[in-house]
Amino acid sequence: MSTQEGIRPAPVPLVLGGARGGPRVRTLRRDSWKRSPLITQGYLLLFVVYATWAAFQNSNYYVGASSHRDLISPFYSPCVGASCVPGSHGSFLLHWWTYSPALVILIIPLGFRVTCYYYRKAYYRSFWHSPQACGVTDGHKKYTGETRFPLIIQNIHRYFFVLGVLLNIMLTIDAVMAFRMPGAGGIGVSVGTIVLCANAVLLWFYSVSCHACRHLCGGHVNEFSKHPVRHGLWKIITPLNAKHMQLAWVSLSFVALTDLYVRLVASGVITDPKIF
Amino acid sequence: MAEVVMRIWRGDSEGGEFQDFPTQVSEGEVVLDVVHRIQAEDAPDLACRWNCKAGKCGSCSAEINGLPHLMCMTRMDTLPTEEPVVIAPMKTFPIIRDLVTDVSFNYEMARRLPPFAPKEPGPDGTYRMQQIDVERGQEFRKCIECFMCQDICHVIRDHEENKEHYAGPRLFIRYMELESHPLDTNDRRELLREEMGLGYCNITKCCTEVCPEHIKITDNAIIPLKERVVDASYDPVAWLGRKILRRTKKTATEAANYRTDPKTVKASQ
Repeated sequence: MSTQEGIRPAPVPLVLGGARGGPRVRTLRRDSWKRSPLITQGYLLLFVVYATWAAFQNSNYYVGASSHRDLISPFYSPCVGASCVPGSHGSFLLHWWTYSPALVILIIPLGFRVTCYYYRKAYYRSFWHSPQACGVTDGHKKYTGETRFPLIIQNIHRYFFVLGVLLNIMLTIDAVMAFRMPGAGGIGVSVGTIVLCANAVLLWFYSVSCHACRHLCGGHVNEFSKHPVRHGLWKIITPLNAKHMQLAWVSLSFVALTDLYVRLVASGVITDPKIF
Repeated sequence: MAEVVMRIWRGDSEGGEFQDFPTQVSEGEVVLDVVHRIQAEDAPDLACRWNCKAGKCGSCSAEINGLPHLMCMTRMDTLPTEEPVVIAPMKTFPIIRDLVTDVSFNYEMARRLPPFAPKEPGPDGTYRMQQIDVERGQEFRKCIECFMCQDICHVIRDHEENKEHYAGPRLFIRYMELESHPLDTNDRRELLREEMGLGYCNITKCCTEVCPEHIKITDNAIIPLKERVVDASYDPVAWLGRKILRRTKKTATEAANYRTDPKTVKASQ
């Protein structure tokens, strides 16, 4: 018996009968409703293909002292695999992991974004057609949403948020370290420094604007007047949360561009110009 | 004046079809004006529900070119007129006639909602709330019950069988208003998870897109409710924190008992 039995008013029979009106067509929409899910699908596929390719490369992810730089790709940071190149890793290494280190570390951002409330909307619409657009019949005969396995796992989003924050701290350290110019005279700023800093800032904005963050910081509180600090945090996060979709796309794009930039510099295709 | 064809669904529970009504549209007219003119001139038996004609009563909801709108707030000059303007009844609810549907599903789901159960008043016998606590629920009170969010929600729009166990976006904002109310003692989280189908919502935000009051239904009600359900049912760390710090609302049963016999609950704690 549900524990709600005590507080629930006596149920009134629900009358579900009755024929629906309107024509039996998939949709009566005439606007270009297919465009948005198609763009989302294409962009996400493009990112997945690039990220998968980059993760399996296991090379050209670090620009080190030989180039007078300290730049590491966000796909490979923190570098914890046995195959990490010298200079790219700290003291902690998973010596038993001999494959690409990106395959370990990417689990965190992948889990964070897959369970993200915004991306759920994006891929439920564009890949799962559930529904493809508002007012368009969804593509499934039966629908149970996120009530059963495997989609009930989406409820662990807050744990990935915490792991994502830890990863952001590592990427912020990488951005700070990118100000070092080893062997070329101490501290400076290059284009790579700016790219890594911008990447870290965007990832922080994306993480802080997350719905789970909003809930954990203050959303769970019922009496704001008794929790002024939590209310203050909630008020800061709420406008950012309204931009979560935009931050999701910008940060996703920039993390790939950051990897691409580091990869091009590391492979010698371009040089990282020093600004000052 | 512009010439436009209004393609309106005519029929009842036995069946129906679209009927075209060529008509003239004047500057500034809304869809409801044109429907009323058709009623007056061409089809006096055309059924349509309306009341305030000001976007506040929520009566004239219908699907215009495939998406739910308030007919009284949809200006004709915002619609493409080179093709017929298609007006159909809300798809999710049983049809009564023409554009009128039976929305009693929503009222039944409202009856199933455990009501506001205030805690004990202060020593002076009154309740006090600070302005910042009052403000949070104001957004949800803007709801005019047009039920367009319920209509567009694919959980029940495309799956009739889910109506038995899905309250829908309109009711979720009411749940959130009560769940976040500082004076309320009821805990509806388990009910939301087990019987009101919160987990059926997959955050596609159609309810937010169609809301004429621009209530952020998904971001400010459904997702916060989902997070509260995670607190209650899926997060072992939150559970442990509650046990250690003893900081939680009463469980649903405790709250119910408390209202009937406060001493019993106090004695059992």
